[in-house]
Amino acid sequence: MTGLRAVFWKELSDHFSSLRFIILSILIYLAGVATIYVAAQNIRADVTGTTRFIFLRLFIVSGENIPFSFPFFLSLFIPIIGIALGFDAVNSERTSGNLSRLLSQPLYRDSVINGKFLAGLVTLSILVVSIVTLVAGMGLRMIGVPPTAEEVLRLFVFMFISIVYGGFWLSLSVLFSVLFNRTATSALASVALWIFMFLFVTMVANVIAGAVVPVDQSSTVEVIARNDEIYRTISRISPSTLYGESVQVLLMPELSNPSSTLMLISIYTAGMMPTPLSLGQSLLVVWPQVTSLIALSALCFAASYIKFMREEIRST
Amino acid sequence: MSAEYAIATEELVKVYGAKVAVDRLNLRVAEGEVFGFLGPNGAGKTTTILMLLGLTEPTSGSARVYGNDPTREPLKVKRIAGYLPEKVGFYDDMTAKQNLEYTAALNGIPVEVAEKKIEELLKLVGLADVAEHKVGTFSHGMKQRLGIADVMVKDPKIAFFDEPTAGIDPEGTDQVLTLIKSMAKRGVTIVISSHQLHQVQKVCTRVGIMANGRLVAEGSVDELGRQVIGGGKFRIEVQVSQPSDRLVNAIKGVKGVGNVEVNGDRLLISCDEDIRAQIARVIVDSESLLVQMKIEEYSLDDIYLRYFRES
Repeated sequence: MTGLRAVFWKELSDHFSSLRFIILSILIYLAGVATIYVAAQNIRADVTGTTRFIFLRLFIVSGENIPFSFPFFLSLFIPIIGIALGFDAVNSERTSGNLSRLLSQPLYRDSVINGKFLAGLVTLSILVVSIVTLVAGMGLRMIGVPPTAEEVLRLFVFMFISIVYGGFWLSLSVLFSVLFNRTATSALASVALWIFMFLFVTMVANVIAGAVVPVDQSSTVEVIARNDEIYRTISRISPSTLYGESVQVLLMPELSNPSSTLMLISIYTAGMMPTPLSLGQSLLVVWPQVTSLIALSALCFAASYIKFMREEIRST
Repeated sequence: MSAEYAIATEELVKVYGAKVAVDRLNLRVAEGEVFGFLGPNGAGKTTTILMLLGLTEPTSGSARVYGNDPTREPLKVKRIAGYLPEKVGFYDDMTAKQNLEYTAALNGIPVEVAEKKIEELLKLVGLADVAEHKVGTFSHGMKQRLGIADVMVKDPKIAFFDEPTAGIDPEGTDQVLTLIKSMAKRGVTIVISSHQLHQVQKVCTRVGIMANGRLVAEGSVDELGRQVIGGGKFRIEVQVSQPSDRLVNAIKGVKGVGNVEVNGDRLLISCDEDIRAQIARVIVDSESLLVQMKIEEYSLDDIYLRYFRES
């Protein structure tokens, strides 16, 4: 345990004093403040008499100048933070010649990985919690509507899921730092995978869904629903889809299903406005997404362990 | 396997693909010894050290460090063993002191104890003035000395130094060797791997020569010299005007002479002591004239080269 603790505190202080961390926090704070400012400007047009979750609206509404909502920004930045905190975890120790010195000290090898991961996770959590709190506080001042207890709880769950999502990217980049000996390679590999997950998976899913179940103007509702089902299933390979869906369900309780198309269909066919889900039910809906994210992180961990535990540590 | 040996290996083997890096090594190092591990690059010295520290697993055979198996109980070994790798690295953006503090923390040494010890050690290795400087600004020699302090932080029973003097200037080399000697005086068992023989010769009580993964010779420098050359420690080369059997016999009669070889007008005399004066008198007393006389001390290099030619 002493080994884990020593690694953890050293890495944490490294993170907080690093230029990387400072740049990232400035970036994310600026983006957060900008989106919430735009949201506060546009929120009046979006709220009607029947809107129940006015405070949460703040996090969803986007404007014309900045057509992105706050969760969208987070979904962009969280992977970057996760990758930035982990991509050089093990290979930088190796190239600097510290690894053999470190591993000749009385600590288990997994303590090195665990300590580094935990320090990254704490750094990430501090960033996420501080930005959400900052934005919520700003929003409160700007619109003057206090959040209800449920809204506060939903925000907490939202933060938790954001941290889990960041944890996945962190564990992935730590894995790459074990697999690749050069820091540049592991950074590029992580970023490439992120871009693939973020952009290409949905594109590929779209194409496949279109090929399997072609949809056109005259398609029936059943066909559209089937097409959408295939699209959803494939795009759920991507952790960023999983995150996006759970955020949607948490921050937009009116949506009972992560698929907006299916929602529209049900509104259209049933001819009624949906009632918001309770927090418990929202949690039930996002449960599979969250467990998948955790399982993916665990997978990365397992792979890192397997590679690192029995590896020969040479200084040259 | 008894615990009286600091290191004991039994038929230790390490194979990389088709290459046998360490071949059935049976090594014994007693407690308190300064053992020099010699051999050319790629002889398997570093691999052996890595196996002894549990940083790599042996293909077969077993090793014990103070009675602990480095593969099964790596932490027990790492608690008592210090290791200075060949290309030692420190965290460049941390100061010398912070680097040592981290090592102390990893070893679970309480902060108050560590602070005192680190100050002492930095003074010992001559880095007290730069304790608060970032290691990134250090020269190679300074880093190597910091590495020795780093090894000593945990008060090891045994310390492994892998090529501790490679790439440092003569003055730095001298400092490093002096420090290693001072560690040995404190009772630490020391293993030095090197291919710079005359340096090792200065500090080691016993050496082992490795070639192609095998330990080809073992013993004190003097013993090895005798084994290889079959004679004494010195070799005196004499050039005379008229070599004769009588002269050779006369020289053989001088006390301390081991063996005499005749090579044209040159006589090669091996002996245990510097007996040039006595030999000169014998030659002058004979009818022959002394043209020149040279004396050579057998160095480890000769011993070492001899072994490599053989293997």
